[in-house]
Amino acid sequence: MPEWLYSDTVKDHFMNPRNVLMDNESSFPADAKGQTGNIKCGDQMLMLLTIKDDIITDVRWKTYGCASAIASTSMLSETIRGMHIKDAYNIRPEDLVEKLGGLPEYKIHCSVLGDKALRSAIDDYLAKTNRAGLFKEATTEICHCLGITDKDIENAFHQGARTWEALQQATKMGTVCGNCKDKALELLHEFAHIYGA
Amino acid sequence: MSERRVYIDYNATTPLKEEVKAAMIEDFAVYGNASSLHTAGRLAHARVEEARHAVGKLLGAPAADIIFTSGGSESNNTVFQAMRQIGLDSEGKVRSTGRTEIIITEIEHPCVLNSAKFLETMGFKVTFLPVDEYGKIKIDALRTALNERTLLASIMMANNEIGTMQDIRQITALVKNAGAWMHTDAVQAVGKIPVHVAELGVDYLTMSAHKLYGPKGIGALYVKNGAPLSPLIHGGHQEDGLRAGTYNNIGILGFGKAAELASAEVERYGKELSALRARLRDGLLAKVPNIKINGHPTDVLPNTLNVSFPGAEGEAILLSLDIMGVEVSTGSACASGSLEPSHVLLAIGVSPEVAHGSIRFSLGWGITPEDIDYTLETLPPIIQRLRAMSTVK
Repeated sequence: MPEWLYSDTVKDHFMNPRNVLMDNESSFPADAKGQTGNIKCGDQMLMLLTIKDDIITDVRWKTYGCASAIASTSMLSETIRGMHIKDAYNIRPEDLVEKLGGLPEYKIHCSVLGDKALRSAIDDYLAKTNRAGLFKEATTEICHCLGITDKDIENAFHQGARTWEALQQATKMGTVCGNCKDKALELLHEFAHIYGA
Repeated sequence: MSERRVYIDYNATTPLKEEVKAAMIEDFAVYGNASSLHTAGRLAHARVEEARHAVGKLLGAPAADIIFTSGGSESNNTVFQAMRQIGLDSEGKVRSTGRTEIIITEIEHPCVLNSAKFLETMGFKVTFLPVDEYGKIKIDALRTALNERTLLASIMMANNEIGTMQDIRQITALVKNAGAWMHTDAVQAVGKIPVHVAELGVDYLTMSAHKLYGPKGIGALYVKNGAPLSPLIHGGHQEDGLRAGTYNNIGILGFGKAAELASAEVERYGKELSALRARLRDGLLAKVPNIKINGHPTDVLPNTLNVSFPGAEGEAILLSLDIMGVEVSTGSACASGSLEPSHVLLAIGVSPEVAHGSIRFSLGWGITPEDIDYTLETLPPIIQRLRAMSTVK
């Protein structure tokens, strides 16, 4: 029997999360700030970065979330320190899940909040440095409540999502207001056409 | 992981009582098919019938009104299956006249909710009664829903998540007065509070052995003499042809033993578990700021305490407690693999964000005051840690 529900690495990062902002925001001199998630869905993430010459020099984060969300964001925060913002922008949740020694399928969607908050923070920084949307051009936001993009839907498609329910499981999209459903199904149909069902 | 284990999830399931385990182990030697006429079969049969008496006695019911099933879900499904048979015409369509309407509550266990929703897909009208902030059904809503077309009302006796108890006697009187059949899912009530079917007046009552220190995979349906029933599982003539399948004699014997013990202990259970619950509740209120107790303040199971910890997420609380050896359950979506938090907490008006941070403590025999104190030492720093790193205040 495993010692605990998830891997030892998840346990370690859950019990001893790195780079958590334990005080209030003013205690950290952030150059960039990103927040994502919706408390109604059970998770919300705040990410603060200090950046010098487009290199992430430090990071702090806070979350209302489950063990997987806490562990994956802790892992993310370790990974991005010293990283160029463009590389950080392109980190995928799968990379973090691998570093964590795996997560159950149904917990993957809990691990996507950290990298979303990170991208939101980097977008904030780009806007402040007059480069708004520099890395963003390839994606369009579909679910405005949770910031899920067409790229996220494409990734979910590649991981097997073929229905609205599967898409929701994979991305959590449409679980707040649901207005994105038609557009999302259109995209699923389109990807099925491009890649074959 | 902590060496010390404090299991506080008795509404999920209970360990076998030692006496039950011993009786079952002894019964492994009884191999006869209880339907056989030879001596080996009759020996098994006698034990099955003894157990039936013990289960009947626990409910104040004649043994003849007890049908053994595989558990609570099957018992509940059997009632809805019987109603489906009554409500459908020979072409499989819902009858346009007569009684075809079903009433349940918003806070039923998923096996009742989904059985009712299944009938809804077949064309049956189903009313989902709302509950108040404590989880009590709104009697006026029941009065309004009841009419000459009501076939069945299925209203749980005690809720598994928040422990709120309904006044089944009063509800049954209204339902019977309207000429409908009355079922109650009493899985969480039997063994924890006195339950007497004759006093309640119900037509059907569901119970399960593993919630009262008996084995898993065995339960019962009380069916009042004269109430309609048709088999969910077709086959041989067991249970008067109403539930086919070779008797699970070891399970049934364990159930009987557990029922016998529960009959003798139910009053002591109420006193002792209420005291433990109060110790836990008062301790939490004293030690953890900004918490909310969910459920009815007085009409609540003696063992069940549901608490919201705003700002801390339920799965994170549960898994932190597990590392410290304390085992509980949560109403958070994150623990279930679904996206919605507990339907029961939402039905009593708890906001989704607070429902995600809810923990159910369900106590039972074997938990000591020291176990409660250990939980009270363990939990506050966990909540404090999760709240400190939370985006939600």
